[in-house]
Amino acid sequence: MAALDAQATADAKAPVLLRTQGLTRRFGGLTAVDSVDFALPEGEIRALIGPNGAGKTTFVSLLSGRIRPSAGRVEFDGRDVTQLKAHARVARGIAYTFQITSIFKAMSARENVMLAAQRRLTQGLLGPSEERLRAEADAALARVGLGSRADEPAGALSYGHQRLLEVAMGLGLAPRLLILDEPTQGLSDEEIAAFIDLVRDIARQSTVLLIEHNMQVVMGLADRITVLDRGAILAEGPPDAIRADEAVQRAYLGG
Amino acid sequence: MSGVLALLGGPRSAALHLGLIAVLAVLQFVLAEYHHIAMSRILVLACFAIGFNIAFGYTGLLSLGHALFFGAGMYGAGLAAQFLAVAGPGAFLIGLAAAIATTLIAGAIALRTAGVSFMIVTLMFAQAGYLTVYYFGAYTRGDEGFVVDATMRTLFGLALNDATVRYWIALALFAVCLVGALAVARSGLGRVLVAIRENEERARMLGYDVYRYKLTALVISGAMAGAAGAAYGLLFGYVGASFASIQYSILPLLWVLMGGAGVVLGPFLGTLAMFYLIDLTSGVTTAYLLVVGLALIALILFFPKGILGTLREKLGARGASWLP
Ligand SMILES: Nc1ncnc2c1ncn2[C@@H]1O[C@H](COP(=O)(O)OP(=O)(O)OP(=O)(O)O)[C@@H](O)[C@H]1O
Ligand SMILES: [Mg+2]
Repeated sequence: MAALDAQATADAKAPVLLRTQGLTRRFGGLTAVDSVDFALPEGEIRALIGPNGAGKTTFVSLLSGRIRPSAGRVEFDGRDVTQLKAHARVARGIAYTFQITSIFKAMSARENVMLAAQRRLTQGLLGPSEERLRAEADAALARVGLGSRADEPAGALSYGHQRLLEVAMGLGLAPRLLILDEPTQGLSDEEIAAFIDLVRDIARQSTVLLIEHNMQVVMGLADRITVLDRGAILAEGPPDAIRADEAVQRAYLGG
Repeated sequence: MSGVLALLGGPRSAALHLGLIAVLAVLQFVLAEYHHIAMSRILVLACFAIGFNIAFGYTGLLSLGHALFFGAGMYGAGLAAQFLAVAGPGAFLIGLAAAIATTLIAGAIALRTAGVSFMIVTLMFAQAGYLTVYYFGAYTRGDEGFVVDATMRTLFGLALNDATVRYWIALALFAVCLVGALAVARSGLGRVLVAIRENEERARMLGYDVYRYKLTALVISGAMAGAAGAAYGLLFGYVGASFASIQYSILPLLWVLMGGAGVVLGPFLGTLAMFYLIDLTSGVTTAYLLVVGLALIALILFFPKGILGTLREKLGARGASWLP
C-alpha cells in the first residue's frame, strides 16, 4: 500500500504525462500485458524492470503504438491516443528506441539522426535546410558521444555504438517522452557511466521511461521504479523501497 | 546557384547528368537514321524506367503493374487526340492526368498490402486495365490498336512525325524526368523513401506516415510512366493493347535491374543496353530471347546491383557523389 500512497503524492506534484487504464495485450492464449493501470508524471525518470518475458517490451510497444492493445486505453498529455497510429503518436512526442537495434545500416550515422530531426522540423511540404539538419544531427550525436563517428555507415558501428545511435535518433526527435528499451546492452562500464550522465541530462527536457536490466543503472537513475511480472505490475515505488520489497526480491532480484 | 547545384546532387552529379543531356543533344546530329529513331524511343522509354525506379529503386515498392500507368497515359492521350480532337500539349496533359488518377486509385488500394501481395495486387490492376482496353474495343480496336491521326500529332504547330522534332521532344521529356528524379533522390523526400525501403518499421517509429510517403512515391512514379506513355503514343503515332500488357510491366523492371536500381542514371543505361542487346542479337539469331535471358543471369551473378549500382558501390563515397 505504501507504493500506492507514493503514487498519489507523485501525481499531486507534477501533471501526469502518460496514463494507461486496463491496458491488455494477448498473444493467442498468452496475456503478455494484463490489465495494467500506469501513470507517469511529467519530468520523471521511471525505470521499468522485470524478469525476461515479463511483458516490458510489449507494454511500451502499446504506448508507442507499434502494436494494438487487446483492451484498455492509453492517454498522453491528457488526451486519449489509443486509436492513434504509431507515427502520429511520435508526432505528439512519444519516441521509442528499439530493444533489438533498428537503424538504417547503409546510411551514415549522421543521416540516421537527420531522419529523426527532419520529421520534427518538417512543416507541411517545407522541410528544413540541409545545414540545419546536419547541425541538429551532429549535436545529437555529440551528446551520446558519437560525434567523431558521424560519417561512418551505421551498420559498421560496434553493437554498443549502434545502441547509442538509437538513443541519438530518439534525441533527434526532441520527444516529450523518451522510451528506452535496454539501451545499455553491450556498453562497456565507462560507456555506461557516461550514459547515466546523458540520461540525467535528457531528463531535464523529457520524461524518460527506461527498461533496464542493469541494476546499477536503474538504482542510479530512476526517480521511481515499476516492476512488471507476468504482464502485471508487481510493485512500484522509489528505488530504496523496491530494493527492500520481498515480492520483488523473489520474482526478480533473485533474493 | 548553390540551390540548383544541390538539387542536382552537387557539382559532380550535376556535371555528369547535365553532360549526358548535352551529349544526347549533340548525338542526334551524328546518329544514322535508324539509331536516331531508336534513340528517340529509348529516351521516352527511359522516362518510364526512371519513374519505375522511384517506386522500386528508391522506395522498395516492387510493382508488377506499371503497364497500367504507362497505358493510362498512352490511351488518355491517344483517345483524346482521336475522338476529342485534342492535339499537342492538351492530349499529353489528358494522358498525364489519366495516369495520375489511375495511380492514385490503384496505389491507394494496393498499398494496403506489402511484399508479394503488393506485387500480385498491382499485377491484377494492370490485368484489369489490359482487359478494359479490349472491353472498349469499339474505340481502342483492342490488339490491333489505332494509328493516331497525323493532324492531331502536333505541338505548338510543330509536326510530331518529323524525326528531328521528335528527338528534341523526347530529349526534353527525358531531361525533365532525369532532373526530377535527381531532385527527388537528393531531397528530404528521397531520404525518407530510402529509409522506408531500408527499414520501414524504423521509419514509422521516427514519425513518418509510411503509407502516405509510399503513395506519394507511387504517384510520382506513375506520373512519369504516364508521361512516357502519352509521349510515346503521340510521338510515334500508334496506340495498341500490347503497351498495356504484362510485358510492359516487366520491361521497366528489367531495365532498372540492368542499369542499377536506386541510381538516378540506372534506368536510362538499362533501357539503352537492353534495347541494343535485343536489337543486335535478334539480327543474328532467332533465339535472341535466350541470349537476353543469359545476359540477365550473367548480370545478376556479376553485377547484382545493376551496372551503375555495382559501379557506385565499387567507387565508395566518390561513387555516391557522381551517381546519386
Ligand atoms: N509478437 C508476439 N507474438 C507472440 N508472443 C509474443 C510476441 N511478443 C512478445 N510475446 C510474448 O510475450 C511475452 C512478453 O514478451 P516481452 O518481449 O514483452 O517481454 P520483456 O519483458 O520485454 O522481456 P525481455 O526482458 O526478455 O526483453 C513473452 O512471453 C513473449 O514470448
Ligand atoms: Mg524486452
